[in-house]
Amino acid sequence: MTENVQTMASETKPAAPVIHVSPSPHLSNQALTTQRIMLDVVIGLVPTVLMALYVFRLYAVKQLAICVISCLAAEALFTRMRGRALPLADCSALVTGLIIALSLPGPAPWYVGLIASFVAIGIGKTIFGGVGMNIFNPAMVGRAFVMIAFASALAAAGYQDATSAVDAVTQATPLDTFKQTGLSTPLSVLFFGLTNGSLGETSALACLIGGLYLCIRRTASWEIPAGVILSVAVLGGIANLANPHSGWTVLHHLLSGALLFGAFFIATDPVSSPLTPKGKFIFGVGIGAIIMLLRLFSGYPEGVMFAVLLMNALTPLINRWTIPRPLGGQK
Amino acid sequence: MAGSVQAFGGSGTFKHGVHPPERKHFSEDMPIEVVPTPQQVLLPMLQHVGAPSIPVVKPKDVVAFGDMVCKSGGFVSAPVHAPIAGKVLKSAVTTLPNGRHVQVLPIKAEGDQLEGQALKREILGGDWSLEDVTDDREAITQAIANAGIVGLGGAAFPTHVKYTPNDKKPVDTVLINGCECEPYLTPDYRVMLEAAPAIVAGATLAGRAAGARDIIIAVEDNKPEAIKTLQEAAQGSDVKIVVVKTKYPQGSEKQLIMAVLKREVPLGGLPLDVGVAVSNVGTTVAIARAVLRGKPMTHRVVSVTGSGIRQPKNLLVPVGIAYSELIAFCGGLTENAARIISGGPMMGFAFANLNAPVTKGTSAVTVLVADDVRKADETACIRCGRCVDACPMNLVPTKIALASRAKDVNLAQAYNIMACFECGSCAFTCPASIPLVQLIRTGKALVVASQRK
Repeated sequence: MTENVQTMASETKPAAPVIHVSPSPHLSNQALTTQRIMLDVVIGLVPTVLMALYVFRLYAVKQLAICVISCLAAEALFTRMRGRALPLADCSALVTGLIIALSLPGPAPWYVGLIASFVAIGIGKTIFGGVGMNIFNPAMVGRAFVMIAFASALAAAGYQDATSAVDAVTQATPLDTFKQTGLSTPLSVLFFGLTNGSLGETSALACLIGGLYLCIRRTASWEIPAGVILSVAVLGGIANLANPHSGWTVLHHLLSGALLFGAFFIATDPVSSPLTPKGKFIFGVGIGAIIMLLRLFSGYPEGVMFAVLLMNALTPLINRWTIPRPLGGQK
Repeated sequence: MAGSVQAFGGSGTFKHGVHPPERKHFSEDMPIEVVPTPQQVLLPMLQHVGAPSIPVVKPKDVVAFGDMVCKSGGFVSAPVHAPIAGKVLKSAVTTLPNGRHVQVLPIKAEGDQLEGQALKREILGGDWSLEDVTDDREAITQAIANAGIVGLGGAAFPTHVKYTPNDKKPVDTVLINGCECEPYLTPDYRVMLEAAPAIVAGATLAGRAAGARDIIIAVEDNKPEAIKTLQEAAQGSDVKIVVVKTKYPQGSEKQLIMAVLKREVPLGGLPLDVGVAVSNVGTTVAIARAVLRGKPMTHRVVSVTGSGIRQPKNLLVPVGIAYSELIAFCGGLTENAARIISGGPMMGFAFANLNAPVTKGTSAVTVLVADDVRKADETACIRCGRCVDACPMNLVPTKIALASRAKDVNLAQAYNIMACFECGSCAFTCPASIPLVQLIRTGKALVVASQRK
């Protein structure tokens, strides 16, 4: 902002301080910065990362390293191409890298994470104008790209490697098992997360701990996960009533797949989600509904990624629908 | 007479808002001191909302303390009185901290002056008993109008307008604002401690003038001493003291009415539209003085505070005294002083013309140092929604700012830009350091310009 600088007349003693003039307010909350918000997301992801390392061992190390390094490199490269100052300090590329890695299957080849990262930062973010300008969640743009480009690596079979030394990876994912055989996985296993799946999604417990941290810090808006969980619970409950003999209950829907990971860490990306509490709740409910639609009726076992991307597209519209009534405005 | 807010329907707070650092410690324990009579005062002819006042004296006229020097320029206007004895000089033009160029009437001090403790007793002390006092509504309102009283909380709206009997919009509640939610500021706090009987008397008279059923003084819960003092002073009166939660901007009248009475002042409307008249505690002292003693508003209490001031103080000052004299009386600026603000840091005006005069609406001189005002460079909005959670008017500041930046008047209005009263909660909170208030202000100017076409 423009600030007029004026040295004061010497009549005000003793020295002559330099007095700045600028518009109010003259105080700001210096503890809250974009960097701090992004750092909060990283802190919130710690339990999930630890659980991924515990369950998937070297698979997790590999994907995390590839995606984080690729995202930082892509951010550096693309911002330089735009002739902008390097914004790595805001940590947003770090967050994107972590989310991509945690949403990939462990056995996916190295180039999948690399390409997903470059697409996420390049097409998901930079071409819209960089941080804050993107319409879609960059990590999900990258993941959607590789899901289509490397269909087999990210299909149900891509999660499995029967010869692996890591137990979880030798099994099919719980959602796929159910889709193929109708067998359901015990809830406690889903809750603690000793199953196969994308690296960050398996442990509901880790997602809840990190997610609650984000909500308490108000880095994630609770309305979004609340909306997702509520709509999955209601629609899952209806599905359950329609088919009571299925062993896949509402809780299975909530604890399996990327549902909690997506609800707390992906859908809550502030840039691509609505601004107002009401809009956020609608956004969450929409994501939950699309997830259930895909899980119940599509050929895919899971639908979090598509649900988030579709609702991202609706975000500007939701913002328009949910302009809040100002204090004293007409009811 | 301690009253709970719930008895009046409110919850003691409003939605959203922020908690800036309070920083009242600089001056809260400093008793009100009287500034020595300046050699000259510059009396602005427009220190209130409304029509300018009209001079009734000529250069070289000799005026006594309290003489009227400008008459009211209309119904929404106020007269101006001489705060010192002296000789009128030729009128001039100066720039006030809010950027307005105004005509000023200079008075050069001459002859004996009322000074020191005698002046403090005259303005804040003495007997405030209401026995044998008129309860004629018109008479009270007339006394307020004659005394040139305007709201001391900052907006400087002529006070008699609020209390003029109005059959179409009857007032049932008079709400006296002792919240003082701006960081640093302590003039109201000191007045509550040192002139509580005058506040209670003024509040009672304001209630009579308005024909109100309830007279309530609202104080934030971070001022227990003030609450206690007021409760003692209000013993046996009709005035009730209620405690509201400490949150910025609790002292904004729309927010305060919501917190205490749970009523919503309509957009573009006044408290009168929901049967409420709101006045600042300092204003009620002036009301009491006007009605009980027939004395005009010539002085006010100003805090000179902040880490950029050597000796922060609360001062009783004549209207029209130069800011530079207040700063000098408080030991001057520190070497690292970086910003001088008329008012508080959230809504006050930073200015550099220290020869400008204090007006009836000046609550404080806050001097900040570089560390206080340091701000990161602006970065992109990540749509985190913190500004939405902060806005006490329930607006979407980032969208309004975006529309303002794009000069999109229609979009700005769709987001209710004109409802913003520039409290600064959004910009205070913004993690991307976006100058939201500044952008919204320019957007409002665009809206006003487009409506004029």
